[in-house]
Amino acid sequence: MSLWPIRKRAKLADVAPELVKLERRLFLRNSLSLGALTLLTGCDLTDGDAVDKALWAMSRWNDRVQGWLFDPNRLAPTYAESDITKPFPFNAFYDVDDVPDIDGADWKLEVSGLVQDKSAWTLDRLRALPQQSQITRHICIEGWSAIGQWSGVPFRTFLERIGADLKARYVGFKCADRYYSSLDMATALHPQTILALDYGKDPLPPEYGFPLKLRVPTKLGFKNPKYIAAVFVTNDNPGGYWEDQGYNWYSGS
Amino acid sequence: MRDLRAASDRRTIVHPFIVRLTHWLNAVAMVCMIMSGWLIYDANPLVPFVFPRWATLGGWLGGAIAWHLAAMWLLVANGLLYAAYGLAGGHFRRSFLPLSPGAVWADLRAALSLRLPHRLGHYNAVQRLLYVLVLLAGGLAVTSGLALWKPVQLRWLSFLLGGYEVTRRVHFVAMAGIVSFVVVHLALVILVPKTLPPMLTGRAKEEA
Repeated sequence: MSLWPIRKRAKLADVAPELVKLERRLFLRNSLSLGALTLLTGCDLTDGDAVDKALWAMSRWNDRVQGWLFDPNRLAPTYAESDITKPFPFNAFYDVDDVPDIDGADWKLEVSGLVQDKSAWTLDRLRALPQQSQITRHICIEGWSAIGQWSGVPFRTFLERIGADLKARYVGFKCADRYYSSLDMATALHPQTILALDYGKDPLPPEYGFPLKLRVPTKLGFKNPKYIAAVFVTNDNPGGYWEDQGYNWYSGS
Repeated sequence: MRDLRAASDRRTIVHPFIVRLTHWLNAVAMVCMIMSGWLIYDANPLVPFVFPRWATLGGWLGGAIAWHLAAMWLLVANGLLYAAYGLAGGHFRRSFLPLSPGAVWADLRAALSLRLPHRLGHYNAVQRLLYVLVLLAGGLAVTSGLALWKPVQLRWLSFLLGGYEVTRRVHFVAMAGIVSFVVVHLALVILVPKTLPPMLTGRAKEEA
């Protein structure tokens, strides 16, 4: 019995070095979840998969509801510079000492999928595009929140420049730290969704995602990937590092 | 003297069907919401206290959120059915009104001196107050929960509740209010067990 369907676990298995650790974690979750359920119902729970399937189905239903609730013109609240949280918390699925060490001069952003121009982007090329700044609240799925300032290229501008099929359903991100995530196209085109190059007044420091981070204040924090290495446009839901383990995929604010 | 009512009915309807149905569905939804909510809280505690793992539901943060955002549909749909019945069917007016501070004070003193008789199918003033308060706490829990789920799409609601960080605390206080009610509610059922069967069957034998 798996806590989440096999389909999802197969994807995790692709991340070979993490496999053993993940398997252990899945097993742990499984036993804890079943323990809590047995406690809850007082029954002999013989089909954990049915409960898991129901939870996944409800999560997919919640994706759809959130898509309907999403207003493409509704802006996330913005704040004053004096409201910025200092220091802004570091957060990742690993320790701060393990953040990727990326040389900005060598770095390139790869582009693929349903786009016309698949040429790679350097930092200079991205800096030459129109820039936008925002002071918004980052809300973590754990519950905490922090206000920060990010600047960079409006993602809509970038998608238009690469000739992306704006009728496609998803935009996926692959990151240098093996993290991955994805957005619905409506959110990708939202006026506050930006490819952030700067935090505060300076280029992103390593702990906040140098050289490129997606800032999307209409989603929870884990939908804001850092250390982005590749962007692709697709009609097949690319999922995500946490999404494939069970965090709600849409996770809109 | 106050017990002289409907003496001819041998078995009186104490709780209408809709009230029993929504009560038990709500009990299931509430247990799921509170136990999964405790695990979500534990991911980032507001005070130096975490709920023990055995009291939570979901196994890990992602599982807890999946439970929370699934059970919320049952909680809200059931709550709307109950509210519609309570308002349109006159249940709220019949059962919870009138409600005056004087009556609450009198019944509270009588209850604490163990001299308040329990009359099946009739709520004393303390009960009325507690039921009204827990309904308000439930409404606040749902409202603040919506504001936490959608602080951008429902930003006006988030703003009304004092912003995201204040809303987290409002949601927690609403939960604490509901849990406090549940503790008192269950303690009273244990103290007066004859109140339990009518909540299942709806009926009770008229007392002599």
